[in-house]
Amino acid sequence: MTTSAPASAAPAPAAPRVRRREWLHTLTRAARTPRGMTGLGLALVVVLIAVIGPFVAPYPPDKFATVPGAPPSAKFPLGSDILGRDVLSRVLAGGWQLLIMAAAAMIIGVVLGTAAGIAAAQLRGWRDGLIMRTVDVILAFPQLVFALLLVSILGPARWLLVLAVGISHVPQVARVIRAAALDVSERDFVKAVEITGVRQSRVMSGEILPNLITPLMVEAGLRLTYSIVIITGLSFIGFGLQPPAPNWGYMINENRIILTSNPWAVVAPAILIAILTVGLNTFTDAIARVALGIERAEKVIAEAAGTGAVSEIPA
Amino acid sequence: MTGDMASPRLVVEGLTVATAGSGAAIIEDVSVQVAAGEVLGVVGESGSGKTTLGLAMVGHARRGLEIAAGSVRLDGTDLFSLPPDQLRRRRGAAMAYIPQDPSTALNPALRVGGMLKEVLTAHGRSGAEADARVQELLAEVGLGSQPEILSVYPHQLSGGQQQRITIAMAFACRPGLIVLDEPTTGLDVTTQRTVLETVARMCASYGVAAVYVSHDVVVVGELSNRVAVVYSGRVVETGATPDVFGTPAHPYTQGLLRAVPSPERSGRLVGMEGVPPRPGQRPAGCAFAPRCPLVIERCRAAMPELVPAGRAGQLARCVLVETGQARTEGPPAPAAEKDLAETVKPAATPVLQVTGLDASYGSNQVLFGIDLTVPPNTCVAIVGESGSGKTTLARCIAGLHTNWTGKVDYGGQPLPPGIRRRPKDVLRGIQYVFQNPYASLNPRRTVGGLVDQPIRTFAEGRRVRDDREILDALRAAALSVEVVNRYPDQLSGGERQRVAIARTLAVSPRLLICDEVTSALDVSVQAAVVELLRRLQRQHGLAMIFITHNIALIRSIAQQVVVMHRGRIAESGAVADVLDRPRAEYTRQLLDDVPKFSAAMTSSGDAQ
Repeated sequence: MTTSAPASAAPAPAAPRVRRREWLHTLTRAARTPRGMTGLGLALVVVLIAVIGPFVAPYPPDKFATVPGAPPSAKFPLGSDILGRDVLSRVLAGGWQLLIMAAAAMIIGVVLGTAAGIAAAQLRGWRDGLIMRTVDVILAFPQLVFALLLVSILGPARWLLVLAVGISHVPQVARVIRAAALDVSERDFVKAVEITGVRQSRVMSGEILPNLITPLMVEAGLRLTYSIVIITGLSFIGFGLQPPAPNWGYMINENRIILTSNPWAVVAPAILIAILTVGLNTFTDAIARVALGIERAEKVIAEAAGTGAVSEIPA
Repeated sequence: MTGDMASPRLVVEGLTVATAGSGAAIIEDVSVQVAAGEVLGVVGESGSGKTTLGLAMVGHARRGLEIAAGSVRLDGTDLFSLPPDQLRRRRGAAMAYIPQDPSTALNPALRVGGMLKEVLTAHGRSGAEADARVQELLAEVGLGSQPEILSVYPHQLSGGQQQRITIAMAFACRPGLIVLDEPTTGLDVTTQRTVLETVARMCASYGVAAVYVSHDVVVVGELSNRVAVVYSGRVVETGATPDVFGTPAHPYTQGLLRAVPSPERSGRLVGMEGVPPRPGQRPAGCAFAPRCPLVIERCRAAMPELVPAGRAGQLARCVLVETGQARTEGPPAPAAEKDLAETVKPAATPVLQVTGLDASYGSNQVLFGIDLTVPPNTCVAIVGESGSGKTTLARCIAGLHTNWTGKVDYGGQPLPPGIRRRPKDVLRGIQYVFQNPYASLNPRRTVGGLVDQPIRTFAEGRRVRDDREILDALRAAALSVEVVNRYPDQLSGGERQRVAIARTLAVSPRLLICDEVTSALDVSVQAAVVELLRRLQRQHGLAMIFITHNIALIRSIAQQVVVMHRGRIAESGAVADVLDRPRAEYTRQLLDDVPKFSAAMTSSGDAQ
């Protein structure tokens, strides 16, 4: 284990072990910061509810239980929805499918978009032009319309829906990542590795990618929430998740009408989505700070604001 | 000059600046005075707190810092007791600050003339008055022959012109106090010369109280009347400049002086190992004790006081001075060591032979018919001002720049222009150390990962990774193996450059190209890095190309030298020949531009 180094280093002044797999180290360190712990905790609470929920739901989520739009009572802690189904059961059962689909779509979008963005920035020339003009054309469509277009071409199967949403993320991600990668690819440390003759793919993955953690993490958090929005939006017009089965996004949509009689039918799923988003973004921020060395840098600046070490860096 | 030494214009008394949160002192109990017409030099390494001190002198504490004790009085007024709007009105009018990097100090969206005028109108001059004054200023900073400069944007100016514009801005309202924070760092010697002359002339003709903050003892020695050596937030030695630099009493001052390269003498540079302790982690006793070559038990017990040393008015903060055991030292004597420029057998086939190399950026030709020979086991220095094409030449050889014609033979074989077309053993054989260690190390990789990268690239299909190679490379570059799991931002500038050197050594190159490797470093660190390179070059029998704009460094490392000027070779030959008997006018110019300790100081050192 790489993390046990301090313990093993104690007995003898042996040469230190060279640590590999720095990204893993970054993740674990981020999770140990207060910020990272809070974010990860919040996100995990929502994930746990989504995973365990279906097994502990008091009523079948798609069966009518009482009058529509009933306010919370002892029997139905969160009241009933527009059709008279138990809101608590639907909240508990309605998360996992949505989360899996949104996460998968996010991963597809971020991976493809990042690859396209870094390649465009590092390879330059006609390849940059080809990638970015394609992206521009796709960006001309609103994302929901583009996803809809893809779904109508690919078909309404659930995994195709995920693929369509993922692909619809690619242009935005590619834009952001290319802009950030352009800056990184001009730096001397990239030249210092290119000079050793390694393959372009290795330069991109080994040197440029790790320096894009901040925009990447922000994109990941953002795209996950967008995925939820788009998937629920598509469900609303009849693609993907079909109405009788519960899901948070669709619940918000269908219960808007009874917002006055039982607000919980809208608020409960909305809160869960919000907590998930805030938690993920907070954790993302913690990763970015650890990776960037911001906390280290902030400490150094606070401790030694007079050192001038930072200002010694020539432009 | 008023010569009113009895009532100095700027009085800093017992000043302590600390972080607002933890209360760690950045500078501690600093007392200095500057009279009108006087230049006070503040010398120290990165991390000594000299910039914080400089800013405090114009009534500014950086975000997160606060004035914990003491006062800064300008013409009797305590700056830190002034309400913010009054302080602001004084800035620019009664006092001015010239920052280090002119390219970031000037607003890129405003024309030069507009910026100069703005300073004047903001302090109540009418438009016509301001216009006249702008013309006057331009002439004073030596740009009077180029009135068109007023209508251009800062990025269209050279570094030296930019810095002269910031100087003009600072002097615009005839302030009583000017603080200059390393205004010539990052400029090459020739430009530095013109800027320094401008500063000296302006300070004298305006009779201002001037404070010149720098890590470069020679520049400070040339410019200042009195000097304060700052270490770890405290003044460790102060006095008249010829006294302090002629007969330094504090071991730190002596160390700084030993690290200065000189075009006149050859021999090893003596750098100072280690870095100043961080604020909040300073030792109980003398802060310099951990790095001091003369340390005794008493040093670690308590912080020594500033006590009189050597000459009248000279104060030093050292136990040895307190107890009268100090040995003062003049400027370093010529090293007894054999001249580095020993001859190399000319029979050996050169590692690198460049013949008739022309290179261009687009349609703009920057190198013209360059011939260069690097014999084995020899260091060839390439020297020239910025823009002379020395880095372009290095990049052509390394394969980073591909737009060139001519012949480059490496080990008897012609080299193709691009990296992609060069075989692996050639790539391995030619290694490159970049100028700026703050940019050339991937911030996301640990030191171990950085050194591992070339090893892994050149290890033919070897799967097993060996920590030993990495650690050996670090030891060879005089780094503690403890740094192996740190990230570059946890290292000092000198340590970073050592990592960059370790990375190249790990693959046993034949030719090492060092591109201005010390220009981003303090003088004391520069000395240590140059000495390391010199030792490694000897040990490994490397052929080396050492690029620098500082001709003073050459004697300490190279055997042969090539002087470049505007893309052409002005002169080349053995170091001793070129530096002692320069044939080209340009070489003489370069040698003249190197800042030197003034004759007055040297004689003062000899007089002891």
